[in-house]
Amino acid sequence: MYTQALNTAETDDRGLEDAGKAAQFQARIDAEERIEPNDWMPAAYRKTLTRQISQHAHSEIVGMLPEGNWITRAPTLRRKAALLAKVQDECGHGLYLYAAAETLGSSREELVDAMLAGKAKYSSIFNYPTLTWADIGTIGWLVDGAAIMNQIPLCRCSYGPYARAMIRVCKEESFHQRQGYEIMVTLCRGSDEQKAMAQDALNRWWWPVLMMFGPPDATSQHSDTSTKWKIKRFSNDELRQKFVDATVPQAQYLGLTIPDPGMTQDADGHWRYSEIDWSEFKQVLAGNGPCNRDRMAARRKAHEEGAWVREAAAAYAAKRAQRQSAQAAE
Amino acid sequence: MAVANIQVSETPLVLYALRRADDALILGHRLSEWCGHAPMLEEDMALSNIALDLIGQARELYSYAAKVEGNDNDEDKLAYLRDVRQYRNLLLVEQPNGDFAQTLVRQFFYSAFADLYWRAMMNSRDATLAAIAAKSEKESAYHLRHASEWIIRLGDGTDESHARAQGAIEHLWAFTGEMFAVDDGERALIHAGIAIDPGSLRGRWLQTLSDVVNEATLVLPQNDWMQQGGRTGRHSEHLGHLLSELQSMQRTFPGLTW
Repeated sequence: MYTQALNTAETDDRGLEDAGKAAQFQARIDAEERIEPNDWMPAAYRKTLTRQISQHAHSEIVGMLPEGNWITRAPTLRRKAALLAKVQDECGHGLYLYAAAETLGSSREELVDAMLAGKAKYSSIFNYPTLTWADIGTIGWLVDGAAIMNQIPLCRCSYGPYARAMIRVCKEESFHQRQGYEIMVTLCRGSDEQKAMAQDALNRWWWPVLMMFGPPDATSQHSDTSTKWKIKRFSNDELRQKFVDATVPQAQYLGLTIPDPGMTQDADGHWRYSEIDWSEFKQVLAGNGPCNRDRMAARRKAHEEGAWVREAAAAYAAKRAQRQSAQAAE
Repeated sequence: MAVANIQVSETPLVLYALRRADDALILGHRLSEWCGHAPMLEEDMALSNIALDLIGQARELYSYAAKVEGNDNDEDKLAYLRDVRQYRNLLLVEQPNGDFAQTLVRQFFYSAFADLYWRAMMNSRDATLAAIAAKSEKESAYHLRHASEWIIRLGDGTDESHARAQGAIEHLWAFTGEMFAVDDGERALIHAGIAIDPGSLRGRWLQTLSDVVNEATLVLPQNDWMQQGGRTGRHSEHLGHLLSELQSMQRTFPGLTW
């Protein structure tokens, strides 16, 4: 999930490596072959993917926080169970993705440490607060909807472990998306207060969700290598447009108004949205979103307060191994 | 906006189902508080999973209580529209998460009981309770295994984890007696073969605890004084705060569909 905005390719360093191997590698990519962990790959390919997959994993884990914020307050037992299961799925995605990243040679601990130190990013969408129950519906509908747009092409990513992880992740995400939309349908069929809650949530999330697809193609600097390596198959603007076209009829069905008075439908049926305020995106990316500090603080707190538990587990495992080898020696 | 509490006709069978439903919901709710904040991702997953099992058990038991009661109540009304004095859960399950040791010791004490309890309840003459027991027994066996493994790791891990686990055992011990208490209504159900006598499980429960605690190099307290009151609605101060959070939506927006 949530990596489109974060893609930054490394400088092309093929010149430093065996040109023959590099050509062979590119030929495999061009032939739509999957690259596997033990295959030769350019250092920059490894680095780009490690960064992208780990950022994706961090996003899943940080993404547990805004939704987790409503687990203890979900309005019915059915909703409570569904939300808890959903957030648990996100955690599973994170674990799965860390495992995929580890196949490239970095440990989960290293990757998590980089995130906690503020050196690695996660999706900015999770730096916005969940204020009402409608935010839970909206996140499922729009945030997961946008994530699916990003992720479906990643199921064909050239790196095998990432592509395979995405197939499973996408199945669960599309379930989450429908679950979120169903919350919205329920709200929009409910009382005036519930409808207003749904509209308010859409108003707050719409523009940040459009920003999830990353900067406009005209200013996006780093897509070339990722495209050539078939990590990325569609541009930011292409995916954003696809998302908007899919979402507008859904909003119409709900009877909600997309907070973009300038939006028009062109002759080809595409919904043309107004200019996005990229200064907000840059501010949130720079750490100045409404929840950046809270999210980092929550992750650091869990990590620090859990240190003694992880130490205990490691100490016990070491003792047990020692006992077993002592027994074996007898 | 004040929303009135529902009234529940607590016949012995309704009360019996309600007590077990409240145990499962409150413990499930407590575990769900960890989601996103656990010491490792594997435990975010595991604690959420156990919470989901417990919330599932609660839903079945509430639905059954509502059906037996035969009024207009349902699982959500029973969960969201009773106040602290109407809740019937064990004091043990409402105790705050504290640190990871406290959460796991609470789980261990409860699951060691629930595992035996649900297995025995599979023979209930009440077909619904027997069916709920058959499902819950499988879940509880896993919960107990998970908690036991952690008690051993923490007890036999580092000095710090040992001290925290021992402290949690001592802190929570006084809340375990309530699991084995029986009142007149329950005694009648036991005679009718609908409920089982929890007292008959105490020996095996203690044996499970001793085995695990010994392996963990921990000790069980000698103190046998036990705190009671949850089954009759005399709770600790903690439950009211939990309920105000749990029930906030239904109390703020009464009578809506979500």
